[in-house]
Amino acid sequence: MTAAALPVETTSSAHEESPWSRAWRRLKRRKGAMAALVVVVLLILLAVLAPWVAPYDPTATSFATVRKPPSWAHWLGTDEVGRDVLSRVIWGARASLSAGLVSVGIAVGAGVPLGLLAGYAGGWIDAVLSRLVDAMLAIPFLILAIALSAFLGPSLSNAMIAIGVTATPVFVRLTRGQTLSAKVEDYVEAARAVGNPHWRIALRHVLPNIVPPLLVQASLAIAGAIIAEAALSFLGLGQQPPAPSWGSMLNTAQRFIAQAPWMAFWPGFAIFFAVLSFNLLGDGLRDALDPRHK
Amino acid sequence: MLSFLTTRLLQIIPTLILVSMLIFGLQQLLPGDPALIMAGEERDPKVLAEIREQYRLDQPIPVQYLYWIKGVLSGNLGESMRLKSGVGTLVMQKLPVTLQLAAMALLIAICIGIPAGIVSAVKKETAWDYGANLFALWGLSTPNFWLGILLIFLFSVTLGWLPASGYVRLGENWQASLATTIMPAFVLGNALAAVLMRHTRSAMLQAMSTDYVRTARAKGLTEGRVVLKHALRNAMTPVITLLALDFGTLLSGAVLTEQIFTIPGFGKLIVDSVFNRDYAVVQGVVLVTSSIYIGLNLLADIAYMLINPRLRG
Repeated sequence: MTAAALPVETTSSAHEESPWSRAWRRLKRRKGAMAALVVVVLLILLAVLAPWVAPYDPTATSFATVRKPPSWAHWLGTDEVGRDVLSRVIWGARASLSAGLVSVGIAVGAGVPLGLLAGYAGGWIDAVLSRLVDAMLAIPFLILAIALSAFLGPSLSNAMIAIGVTATPVFVRLTRGQTLSAKVEDYVEAARAVGNPHWRIALRHVLPNIVPPLLVQASLAIAGAIIAEAALSFLGLGQQPPAPSWGSMLNTAQRFIAQAPWMAFWPGFAIFFAVLSFNLLGDGLRDALDPRHK
Repeated sequence: MLSFLTTRLLQIIPTLILVSMLIFGLQQLLPGDPALIMAGEERDPKVLAEIREQYRLDQPIPVQYLYWIKGVLSGNLGESMRLKSGVGTLVMQKLPVTLQLAAMALLIAICIGIPAGIVSAVKKETAWDYGANLFALWGLSTPNFWLGILLIFLFSVTLGWLPASGYVRLGENWQASLATTIMPAFVLGNALAAVLMRHTRSAMLQAMSTDYVRTARAKGLTEGRVVLKHALRNAMTPVITLLALDFGTLLSGAVLTEQIFTIPGFGKLIVDSVFNRDYAVVQGVVLVTSSIYIGLNLLADIAYMLINPRLRG
C-alpha cells in the first residue's frame, strides 16, 4: 500500500515497517528466490556486458574450428561454421532477456491501463473489454503468437510485439479483478468523498494498491515470454541468423545432434536456467507480497 | 441445470464471433497488397485483378468478413494455395494425429502428476515434497523443444531404441505407432505433469485439513484409506475440470513437438503454412483450435457442475 492509502497512525508510524520493506525482508528469507534474484541480475549484466564478456565475436566463422567439442580455447565448443558457442550463448542472452522484458513491458503497458479502465468504469466499457479479453484468451497462447508473427513478418522485434500482444489479456483480466475489489475499499470511498476526480482516484489510490499481484504476474510472464521468444526463434519466426538467439541456436543444433550434441545442450540449458530463475523469483515474490503469509 | 446450459451456450456465441473477427483481422496485418502476396511471383495485372475478385479483396473489410464467416459457417474454411486442397479437409486429415499425441501426453501427465501431487501433499515438508516440487519447477521451466532434442540424442542417437522422427498411424501398426509417438508424447506431457502435480498438491492439502478427513481419522480408518477414499475423491473435482482446459494447451504445445519429431499433425500444418505464406490454412487452423478450446472450456464447466452437487441446485 502507499502512504496515501494507509490510515495515519500518529503514535506508532515512526516504528512501523512499510509494506515494501516487509516484503523485502520476507523475500530475503527465501533462499531459492534470493538465489534466483542473483541469477537474474547476473544474466542481465551478462547481456549488457556481452561485448566485453564474450571471448569471441559471436558471428565470426572459422573453417578450422568447425564443430569442435568443448576445449580450453572454446569452453562450450563451436558450431557448424566454427563460431564459439559460449560467445553466442552470452550474446543470445540479449535477445532472450530483451524479448522477455520488452514483450512483458508491452503487455503491462497496454493491459494495466485497460484493466484499470474496465474495472473502474464498469458498464459497457467493462463489457466490451471483457469480451475482447475472453476472445483473445480463447486462442492458445503460442498459436496466437505464431499467427501474429507470421502475419507481421519474421524478426525479433515483431516476435516481441506478437508475444506482448498475446500476453496482454492476462494483465487486463488481473488488473480488472484487482481494481474491482480495491474500488470498494474505504480509502477509495474516502478519496471519492473528498472530491478527487476519477482519474486521480484510479491512478493515485487504486493503482498503487494493486501493484503486488501485477509484479508477481510480470515476473512469471517474463519466464513465459523467454520461452515463447525461444520457441518463435526455434521455428524461424524470431531472431534471424546469423544474429545469435538461444532458440535459433537450438534450431540449427537439431540438425547436428549426432555429431555435435554440445551445440544443443548449452543454449537449451541457458533457456532453462533463465526461465527457472524468473519462475522461482515469481514464486518468492508471491509469497513475500501475500499479506496472508507472515 | 438446463438454464445453466442455455446461459453458458449463449455466452460462448459473442466470444466465438469476436474470435472469428480477430482471426480474420490477422490478414489486415500483412504488409502490402494481399493479392500480390497470394500471386507470388506472378505480377500480371490481369491475374492480380482475378485474385482480388476471387477473394473479394476489392470489397470493404466488413463485407470481406461477412463472406468469410458465411463460408466458415457452411463448413468452407477456404482453400490452401500450396496444397490445392480445402482447409477443412486438411484439418480433418491432421487433427487425429495431434489428438492421438495429445491423448497420450495427457495420460503420461496424469500418471506422473497426480501421484506426485498426492505424495507431496501427504508427505508435506519432507524430502518427498521437496523432490516433487523440484520436479514441478523442472517441468515448468524446461522448453519442450530442448527436452525433445535431448531425448532424441539419448534414445535415438546414443541408445538406438526409438526412431528420431516420423509417424505411423495407430490403425496401421500399433507398436510402430507407439514407438514413434512415445517420445513426443512425453515431451508434451512433461510440462502438464508439473501443472497437474501443483494442482493436485494444493487440492489435497485443502482436503486433508477438512472436518470430514479429521472425522475419518477419528473413526480409526487407516491413513491409506483416509487419503485415497476421503481426501483424494474430493480433491480430484477441481483437478479433473482443469484437465479439460489443459487439453487445449496441449494442442498449442504440439506445434513445437510435431516440428521436432516431424509428425504430420496439426502443429506441423500451421508451421508449414506460415513458411509457405498459406494464410488461409493459418486462419483455419487457428479458428479450429480456438473453437476446440472454447468447447473444452464449456465441457469443463459442465463437468464441474455435474461433479459438484452444491452447484447443481
